[in-house]
Amino acid sequence: MTRLVITGGTVVDQQGERRADVAVQGGQIVEVGPDLAGDDVLDATGCIVSPGFVDLHTHLREPGKEEAETIETGSRAAALGGFTAVVAMPNTDPAQDSVAVVEFVREQGRRAGLCEVLPSGCITVGRNGEQLAPYGELAAAGVHLFTDDGNGVQDPQLMRRALEYAKPLGIVLAQHCEVTSLTKGAVMHEGSCCSRLGLPGWPALAEELMLFRDIELVRLTGVPMHFLHLSTARSVELVRQAKAEGLPVTAEATPHHFTLTDELLESYDAVYKVNPPLRTADDIAALKIGLADGTIDAIATDHAPHAPHTKEAPLDQAPPGMLGLETALALAVGELGLPIQRVLALLSWNPAAIAGVADRHGRPVQAGEPANLAVFDPAAEWTVVPANLASKSRNTPYAGRTVTGRVRHTVFGGTAVVRDGVATR
Amino acid sequence: MKHLLSIEDLDADDIHRLLELTDHMVEVSSRPIPKVPALRGKNVVSLFFEDSTRTRTSFDTAAKRLSADTMNFAVSSSSVNKGESLRDTIETISAMGVDAFVVRHKSSGAPQMITRWTNASIVNAGDGWHQHPTQALLDSYTIRTGLNRRDGFEGLHIAIVGDIKHSRVARSDVQAFTKLGAHVTLVAPPTLLPPSLDGWPVDVSHDLDSLIADVDVLYLLRVQRERMDDALLPSLEEYSALYGLTPARAARLAPHALVMHPGPMNRGVEMVVDPSELPGSVILQQVTNGVAVRMAVLFTLLGSGSAASIGDSQ
Repeated sequence: MTRLVITGGTVVDQQGERRADVAVQGGQIVEVGPDLAGDDVLDATGCIVSPGFVDLHTHLREPGKEEAETIETGSRAAALGGFTAVVAMPNTDPAQDSVAVVEFVREQGRRAGLCEVLPSGCITVGRNGEQLAPYGELAAAGVHLFTDDGNGVQDPQLMRRALEYAKPLGIVLAQHCEVTSLTKGAVMHEGSCCSRLGLPGWPALAEELMLFRDIELVRLTGVPMHFLHLSTARSVELVRQAKAEGLPVTAEATPHHFTLTDELLESYDAVYKVNPPLRTADDIAALKIGLADGTIDAIATDHAPHAPHTKEAPLDQAPPGMLGLETALALAVGELGLPIQRVLALLSWNPAAIAGVADRHGRPVQAGEPANLAVFDPAAEWTVVPANLASKSRNTPYAGRTVTGRVRHTVFGGTAVVRDGVATR
Repeated sequence: MKHLLSIEDLDADDIHRLLELTDHMVEVSSRPIPKVPALRGKNVVSLFFEDSTRTRTSFDTAAKRLSADTMNFAVSSSSVNKGESLRDTIETISAMGVDAFVVRHKSSGAPQMITRWTNASIVNAGDGWHQHPTQALLDSYTIRTGLNRRDGFEGLHIAIVGDIKHSRVARSDVQAFTKLGAHVTLVAPPTLLPPSLDGWPVDVSHDLDSLIADVDVLYLLRVQRERMDDALLPSLEEYSALYGLTPARAARLAPHALVMHPGPMNRGVEMVVDPSELPGSVILQQVTNGVAVRMAVLFTLLGSGSAASIGDSQ
């Protein structure tokens, strides 16, 4: 059996930081220590060796929109971004509201073999917001995170019932917070920019109102909730208060929401259209504080591929969403100014816990643990070139931008699925 | 100047130059044969993705008076209905040899997007709620001649009344009028104002009666029926009572004050009084000036030689 060794790097995990080589055999870490030898060497000089990343929010588009992404191409993008597990959002066609569809998604992930694809389930059948999806069956099939992402559950009574019904199952409901009666036709953040550009605005209130409602429903039911892609300063404050009161809530933020502002829409380029929309510099500052102080638990990509021609449309006609898997690490390392260990908490072990996979992802780097690892150079500069991305789509908002921090190797299930920045399968 | 997308891209000097050139075009238009060869051989294509008889006709007339070849591309007769993308449409027509596209689109920003896919000049003939720059230029020209303000609008008070939020005319006019030196007050219920006016060099009022006697120009915008569906207004009757130009309000206008409207008018809503009985109404002059202003714009984008050259040969 081949013994893979990662040499010359610095191990960083939840236990701290140390210079050590890591040996992997049979899908497991077998040895961590100085000067290890093996049959196959991954050089990690100048690099961090950490638990692999876990993305709570990935749109893989299969089944239904294979022209934008497939589970294979999305998994490859994930692996190149250092992710060893991704939660596949349920807004496929058909939606992930039945055991058959979630089994298909998981199986396609297994076939690709580049990372673990964790299908999420819908909160409501067809994500229509009308009838509860079969949580019991789906939970028995291994689904842990449930969301209607792309849609928020509008009806408060239905949301209350969803939480109550979920209580004995030990699952997590995740909300896309958007009161849609406040966002009719909206294409960008409501503020001075949209007023000048003559574009319908998406007010911060539409997110905050549903977030507030759901925090109160968590208080009422005691059932945990996860909040997807927080985008406003007030949202961060609402989650901070809820946590201070001991409510079981978690939250994520995306790299684009903590790096880009609504002023980019001045270009009228639909690559900058995303839901929730890019906000203001004040919101970015609040998100960064929330990421630093633990209010926000995880960085999630909301990787949302769209075929190029669909983004070459006027803003009101183009679909919302941006690529994120291959740039997340660089933006987290390069833009947040946080200690590496905190960045890794946000990218790895915190989301692993929320996704219910803390038994196999985001584990400490020590002998006996599953070998799901990321190796990255936190100082490497590179320029984002859309054509070089592994995703089938090209809608990155960072095209041409030079960023700092690059994944060098990714080990998934003991196999080097990325070596020196190249996917091996 | 390669394109005319937004008044935001122009400074006061640019606007003055276009308005001075419009004087020449008015002179051309007043000739027995109102046609000059300035743009002979140039191909001007109207791309109207949204209906507009008056703007399309105005541009068409302007291009023909300058001897350009014109082609109209209406969405109903186009392959856009067969699912062709905007990009493919533009690239295909461009490949036939186009010097300028005159673009009307219901989506804000569409003319700006189109500049990425063609080397032709783009004239924005109205995009969504965003901009309608030739309307602002013809409005400015109408005020300039109507109030004899060739050197600028310093000291003028212009009230723009109505649905500012959804109005590309308001966005363009505010920028043009203030760049020329006017003091602009927006008059509207708060629901018909944009969510933020940060950076807009304007005052806001919700009380037309308090300022109607003081304005030099009263600019009324069209208020659409569908605004009631979004709970922006209780009723058109209430709008008319609070913000419409009633005979009582018209009687309080200063004798020299101009009344303007971009058309089409909603009689009985924003325009309660019969405009033909308003001595200050310049609504038809706006339409007339529209042709000359659009001649000036097309000549500036596509013409060679000086403005004087258009005065000569026929």
